[in-house]
Order: sequence, then structure tokens, then C-alpha cells
Amino acid sequence: MTDAASEPTRPGPGGTARPLRPEPPAVRDAATNPWGDVWRQFRTHKGALLGLGFLVFVTLFCLLGPWLWPVSPGALDVRNKDLRPVYHLLWDGSARVSWSHPLGSDQLGRDLLAQLIAGGRVSLAVGWTAMLIAMLIGTLVGVLAGYFRWLDGILMRFTDLVLALPILPLLLVMMLLFRDPLRATFGPATGIFILIVTVIGATSWMQTARIVRGDVLALKEREFVLAARSIGTPARRMIPRHILPNVLSPIMVSATLGLASAIITESALSFLGLGFPSDFPTWGKLLFDSTDRMADFPERVLWPGLAISLTVLSVNYIGDGLRDALDPRIRGR
Amino acid sequence: MSETSARPSPEPVIAVRDLCMHFPIHRGLLRRQVGAVKAVDGVSFDVMPGETLGLVGESGCGKSTTGRAVLRLYDITSGSIRLEGVEIGQMPQSQLRRLRPRMQMVFQDPQASLDPRMTVEGIIREPLDEHTRLSSRQKRERVHELLDAVGLSRRFAGRYPHAFSGGQRQRIGIARALALNPRFVVCDEPIAALDVSIQAQVVNLLEDLQERFGLTYLFISHDLSMVRHIANRVAVMYLGRIVEMAGREALYADPLHPYTRALLSAVNEPDPGAARSRRRILLTGDVPSPADPPRGCNFCTRCPEVMPICREMDPALREVAPGRHVACHLHDPAITTPREPTRAAPTAVEAASTRGDQPPSILSTRSVP
Repeated sequence: MTDAASEPTRPGPGGTARPLRPEPPAVRDAATNPWGDVWRQFRTHKGALLGLGFLVFVTLFCLLGPWLWPVSPGALDVRNKDLRPVYHLLWDGSARVSWSHPLGSDQLGRDLLAQLIAGGRVSLAVGWTAMLIAMLIGTLVGVLAGYFRWLDGILMRFTDLVLALPILPLLLVMMLLFRDPLRATFGPATGIFILIVTVIGATSWMQTARIVRGDVLALKEREFVLAARSIGTPARRMIPRHILPNVLSPIMVSATLGLASAIITESALSFLGLGFPSDFPTWGKLLFDSTDRMADFPERVLWPGLAISLTVLSVNYIGDGLRDALDPRIRGR
Repeated sequence: MSETSARPSPEPVIAVRDLCMHFPIHRGLLRRQVGAVKAVDGVSFDVMPGETLGLVGESGCGKSTTGRAVLRLYDITSGSIRLEGVEIGQMPQSQLRRLRPRMQMVFQDPQASLDPRMTVEGIIREPLDEHTRLSSRQKRERVHELLDAVGLSRRFAGRYPHAFSGGQRQRIGIARALALNPRFVVCDEPIAALDVSIQAQVVNLLEDLQERFGLTYLFISHDLSMVRHIANRVAVMYLGRIVEMAGREALYADPLHPYTRALLSAVNEPDPGAARSRRRILLTGDVPSPADPPRGCNFCTRCPEVMPICREMDPALREVAPGRHVACHLHDPAITTPREPTRAAPTAVEAASTRGDQPPSILSTRSVP
């Protein structure tokens, strides 16, 4: 992988074999815009492209949905409760369906489509924010522990401590302790959002911290870091310039996993009744609310479940593609 | 070779005295220090302006550590390093930063010494970003000048290191080292990782640049013939110490220390006739661990001409002829000629200059009780 001989520029060494002035490799002279290269590489990853497409679709669906489908997710329509989705007509002519509830309605007559839209907003917001918080803490702890020897012991023992805590009971205690003060300060919806996001973020950064620390430790011994030290680059510029770009891959991977687990943890919290209030739909809560009548109404589990899985899957693929695209060694081959 | 010693002694660019770099070994539950790897143990040398001092020795003898310690990439254990008269041996890194532009380093592995996520321009610009206040346009101009100076096309500026061959990468590393117009450059085995066909080109480039920019090199290498080509003076290291230091011609024509002789006898001889008549000195055994060096002379476990005193007393580096330093009891007139087994004060150096051209024969030294 090291030599520049992998490009098909000229057929042979030619008459004057000057190994130090070879013809430029097929890599484009990318002095203009490095992000152009990243995008070009990203496009070659089919899964990542599909994932990006789906993520954009889901995001737009959640953001613009309320305008396209202006039905309140909390509106009770008791006469039209327990409707099946309209596509049931395809194989079951006697199914109770209504075009006013294309995906059906639940036992209280709430519209499933509107609930999916509203739930997606909350779930995506929680997932992204919690993941970003976790990545921020994890990367910070990992880089500091890996780079500064004197911080390593303290920070990693702290990480071990948090890892050793039983997460679910901890979440419950935190919820009980902080729910009411936060509600009082920020209002019920924002308060609980802040609480959930912080709680999930603060309990899921440890894996990232460990992975990043290991990578930084290995990276610190590489010669280019030594070269930067011989130039006189201080630590505060060494880390953003040399360390962070080179630990981007593991961060990216754990970020995609982190988004997935944040959405799922939020569902679990909602299931335990400690998440958002009951009139506040999220994908996870829709899923858990419908489990007891799953056999009769599989679509109520299917749609939120599908939304969660596909979002997580697409984010994973995007992370995969981004990791490749951001690595100049993989790029361009 | 007398041109180096007979010079009217200008101030050396770098003057190293008794440099020690010991890496502690921690063992056990409490991580107590149980010893130290004495990678560099009392090394002294000067490098004069415009000169190239070659530092040779087998792997693990502390050459690279010396080079890095001289640039204070490590916090040295003890000793003094003076860069153009300024003591930097114990200077804190924050203060040292201002002096960094004067001393730079070319690294051994061009693959590892370039950040894979930075473009060539970014790599060469880093020293400029750190130490100059040029506008980004001036920096780009300077990067292009440097690319020209090391013989790379300006169009390569936007590429990443993986797109280059080993020799080209080493040129990028050299351009980075030269970005701030340093006085003193440590070349840490700059050719060891390169193809033989590329080695000569890189060495010639280093020589050209030395001429053009008036550089002073500490050239670390295990390739004796390459050092002979580029260096004015050569220092031979063994197990953390300099055992012999002399002008190039003198050292290659008449090595004094048994270790130097053994090293030189291992160099390939291009002339088959001369190669046949040449005697190879084979050293037996391994290099002792630098964590536990032998008593007496460091080389006494493998020396073909070892004497009892070698296992007792550590020979000091002494000047046996003008500009020739050797650390060996064979060349200590107080020990070899008057045949006094008791330790003699290292005083008499007068007889050394006459002994210089007729090295002591092995037989006569073996007969010493």
C-alpha cells in the first residue's frame, strides 16, 4: 500500500528511469477542496449512500410531517379506535379501515401516522443529542487519559467506576431525583428531554473513552507525533492537529453505535414509565405500548420498530462510509 | 582529516558533555524502580558549524536515543547540551520551543514520520504555522520553495503521504526539517528505510542542501560506507558510549578501537581481490543488556583483545592523537607500555601521537598478565 506505483499512468519505466520524479499518481491534484475528495469516496460506498438517503428521508418525514399530515398525535377519536391500516384492504376486504387514519389508530383512537411523526422527532432528537454528549465526554476523557500520563490513572479509574455501576438502577435514581426540579425549571417537555439526554449521555461514554485512550496511546508513540514535538508543537495544538484526526475512525464507529443505543435506551426508559410523559409519543414508547396486543395488531409494533431499526442501520452505514471517506489512505482506490 | 582539529576552534553548533539518558525500569506490584536501561551513558561530542558528524554503531547501541536526546525530545537524565552556546540540557520545553527552529530532525521511517491525515502542504507548513507569522499566501510560497529545494513537484502539495514512494516521503520529511532554516539537523538513519537505489539520491540531496544552506548535521546511521561518504568526522558508539571518535579518513584507514575494527571489517569490499585478502573480525556473543552493562569496559565481553584490566576499569575517552579520541586501554600508554597492573592515573598522552601510526599488535597486548 505504500508505493505510488499503483497508478496506471504510464505503461513502462520509460527511457529515463527517474524514480524520484515519477509522473503524478492517478490521484487528482486535490489542492482545491479536500471535502470534494471525501464526498467522491463516500459516494462509492453504496450502503452509506442508501443510509444517507434513508436518514434524510426520515429526518424530513419527522420535520415536515406535521405540515403534511396535520393531525394531532394526541387527538382522541374514540369512534375510530382500533382501526387497521388501509393496506389491509388488499387481502382482507372486511377490515375496519378509514382513510382518515391511513396507518390505523390505537385503542384510544389516536392516529398512528401522526404518532410516528411526533415520536420520530423526539427519538431522533434524543438519539443525536445523547450520542453527541456521550462522544464529547468519551473523546475528551479518552484523549486526555491517553495523551497526558499523569491524568491516565485518575481518568481511567473513574471510567471503570462508571462502567461498574449498574446502569438501569442508576437511571431510575437519577430520574427520581432530578425529574421534578428540571420540570419546574424548564417545563415538562424540555425538562424531561434535558434529563433523559443527559442521563443517557452520561452513562454511555465509557466504551468510547476506552477505545480512544487505547488509540491515542498507540498514536503518541508514532514518529509523526515525535516530529511535531521536535517542531515545538504544544499539546493544545498537537491534539486537534495530529491526534484527533487519527482517532476519528473509532470515534465514528462508536458514534453510530451510540446513536442506536441512545434511541433504544430511551425506549427502555419510556417502557419503565420513567421517560417522557404518557401523552408524549416516542418510537420506543409506541413500540412498548403496543406489545400487549401485538398478536392482534402487529402493525403497531411493526412501524415504530421498523423506523428504529432502519434509522440505526442507516446511521451505521453512514458511519462506515464516512470512516472510509475520511481516511486518505483508503480514499482514491 | 586534520582540517577539523586544526581549525581555529569556532564555537561548536552543538556541544554535548556527559549526556546520560537512562530509562527507568519499574517492576512489581508497587511499580518500584528496580533499575534503568542506560541507553546513553556519558556521551560527549562537539559538532562544528558546517560539519557532518557521523554517529555509527550496531542496533540498540543508543544512536537514535542520542540524537533525540540532543534535540531534547526526551528529558535527559543528566549532562549538558549547548546549542550555539545556550545550555538546553535542563531547559523546560516551553522555553525550548523558541529554540526549536534552530534544530530540526529528519526521521528514520518516512512512512511513520508523516501524519497520514495531512497533505504534503500541511506537513511542511506545520513548522511555519508554529514559529512564523507569515500570511497563508507567503506560507504557501515557502512550501513551494521547499518542494523545489528537495526536488519534488509543486503539484504534489495537495496530496497525502500515502501517495508517495519512500524516497519521496523522505524528501517531504527533509523539506519539513528545513522549513525554518535550521542551523543544526539531526538525521536519524534517514536512509535506513529506503531502497538502495534511492539511498544515494537522498544522501546527495542532503549534501547539496548542506552546501546551499550551510547546515550542520549529526548523521546517525549504521551504514558505514554511507557515513564515510557524507561525514567529516565519525563517532562510533557501543552500548551507550562513544568508543572512538576521529576524522573520517583516519578512522577508516586505521581504526584504533577493536570494536571499530570489527565493524569496519564487516563492510563489504567492492574489490574482489582486496576482499579475499581481507580478514574478517567476527565478534562472538551478543551485545550485553544496557540495563546491566558489564563491569569495566563495556566491550570487554566481546573484545578479541581483552585484557584483565578491561574487566576492572572503565576506559575513559582520551585523545590519543590530535582529533582522535578512543576509549580503550590498548591505547592508554599508562596501561599498555609500562605494564603496571595497578591502575595508573590517566596522564601521559605524549607517547600517544607516535603510537598512532603503528597500532599495537594483538600478540603484545595478549601477553599482558
